[in-house]
Amino acid sequence: MFPENLTFSIADWVNTWVDALVTNYGDVFRHISDSLLWAIVNLEGLLRATPWWLMLALVGAVAWHATRRWLPTLVMVGLLFLVGAVGLWDKLMQTLALMLVATLISVLIGIPLGVLAARSNRLRAVLMPLLDVMQTMPSFVYLIPVLMLFGLGKVPAIFATVIYAAPPLIRLTDLGIRQVDREVMEAINAFGANRWQQLFGVQLPLALPSIMAGVNQTTMMALSMVVIASMIGARGLGEDVLIGIQTLNVGRGLEAGLAIVVLAVVIDRITQAYGRPRHEVGK
Amino acid sequence: MSAQASSKIELRNVVKIFGSRIDDALSLVRQQCSKEQVLAETGCVVGVNDLSLSIGSGEIFVIMGLSGSGKSTLVRHINRLIDPTQGAILVDGEDILRYDMEALRQFRRHKISMVFQGFGLLPHKNVLDNVAYGLKVRGEHKAQYTERAQHWIGIVGLNGYETAYPHQLSGGMRQRVGLARALAADTDIILMDEAFSALDPLIRADMQDQLLELQQSLHKTIVFITHDLDEALRLGNRIAILKDGRLIQVGTPKEIIHSPADDYVDRFVQRRVATLN
Repeated sequence: MFPENLTFSIADWVNTWVDALVTNYGDVFRHISDSLLWAIVNLEGLLRATPWWLMLALVGAVAWHATRRWLPTLVMVGLLFLVGAVGLWDKLMQTLALMLVATLISVLIGIPLGVLAARSNRLRAVLMPLLDVMQTMPSFVYLIPVLMLFGLGKVPAIFATVIYAAPPLIRLTDLGIRQVDREVMEAINAFGANRWQQLFGVQLPLALPSIMAGVNQTTMMALSMVVIASMIGARGLGEDVLIGIQTLNVGRGLEAGLAIVVLAVVIDRITQAYGRPRHEVGK
Repeated sequence: MSAQASSKIELRNVVKIFGSRIDDALSLVRQQCSKEQVLAETGCVVGVNDLSLSIGSGEIFVIMGLSGSGKSTLVRHINRLIDPTQGAILVDGEDILRYDMEALRQFRRHKISMVFQGFGLLPHKNVLDNVAYGLKVRGEHKAQYTERAQHWIGIVGLNGYETAYPHQLSGGMRQRVGLARALAADTDIILMDEAFSALDPLIRADMQDQLLELQQSLHKTIVFITHDLDEALRLGNRIAILKDGRLIQVGTPKEIIHSPADDYVDRFVQRRVATLN
């Protein structure tokens, strides 16, 4: 046994702190929550109102623009058609909306943080262990306080997803910028490029393959959070998986599970294709 | 020398030390300790050791030394890619160490450009955009920089390659792009850090010829870094020889060959004489 007099617990201290946060700043969080919810609901409404054939055509157009090849494009559109054919179209759109918002927030947070981390070794030293925590901490642990602050539904689902999905993007942005050839940076410095010109003219474009790999990872991780998100009330494909588990309906769970995989494959191929340097595609 | 009178670039007692115990290292340097002694006692590397130089307007000034002699470090002081630990650097009589970031940027945009050993081209931009880079950075209009870039691409003999990307070019062609980029910026001073060292001998000779030919009409102040005595003798109006960050000798090619200052220089010269025989 571990000696009793050496034990201590941070549980009470954390509980008090979270309680205080909820009582004192509840309104602020509710406000954030409402604006976020407004964005998701509108996006979801838009996606669901779009006719299925138009949606398929749009995905096909984006897929072709990204890959410039017909076969993958047709396969992607065909797979999405099948998801609709098994009656999961509406839920697919709900999940897509959730994922798009989570990815957008991750990108808005992740890329600037990655850029800053690439610039400062000190920030990087602080950030990296924090990212490790974000990625390894079981999501249910931070779901509890997030639920207390934002209530049930889509918003806490988005927050949980962002916490889990942003770290790879931050890491890969940092890596991509640090890997830009030292002599290239020296050269543009020698010609008097300012920070802005360095960042947008050279560092970000050259780090793009790495950043897109990060976006790709972020979307994949966001999709893997879909089932957990449905446990706290976010609608979508995860809901069907959850019902499948609860009612021992293996078939229904599998259908929804495969639909998540299809969405993952489509998004994965498209983001990967955009990550390849443009002028080498034709080689 | 007349160059002394109209000096374009002047370095005064420049010291550069890399490491954490800079003060200790500095006092050792003042006591005339060698590079090895300083490294052994403080763990600091002496890049440039109490060096003073004066480079005249319109000359090709070659800085020569073996690798590790501090020549690449030294040349980066002139456009402040590296800041000295001590000393003064004057360009056109102005102390460039006093410049703040903005003044330094303006200085780099208008007065000084550079050619790199590994070319330092932007891999995601085509030849035209690479050559125009210096002009774009300082905010010139598209029509203007396109025309200027086109002009210099023609002069270095790369007509027809405007839309090619660096990875599609050979080493020699890439360095022509690097040279055109520096020339297009139309600065008084061009720094060339081992610009031709990565090229094979025939291409290198071509590039040397071209540089000399261009210089006849351009009269730029060129600071050329090399480890190759043949190249130094061929290009230089004056040559400075560096060892362990210290200046060993400065002189015209003739002076270097006929009256080497010490054994180090003599060994360079002897080896060359041996290969000629």
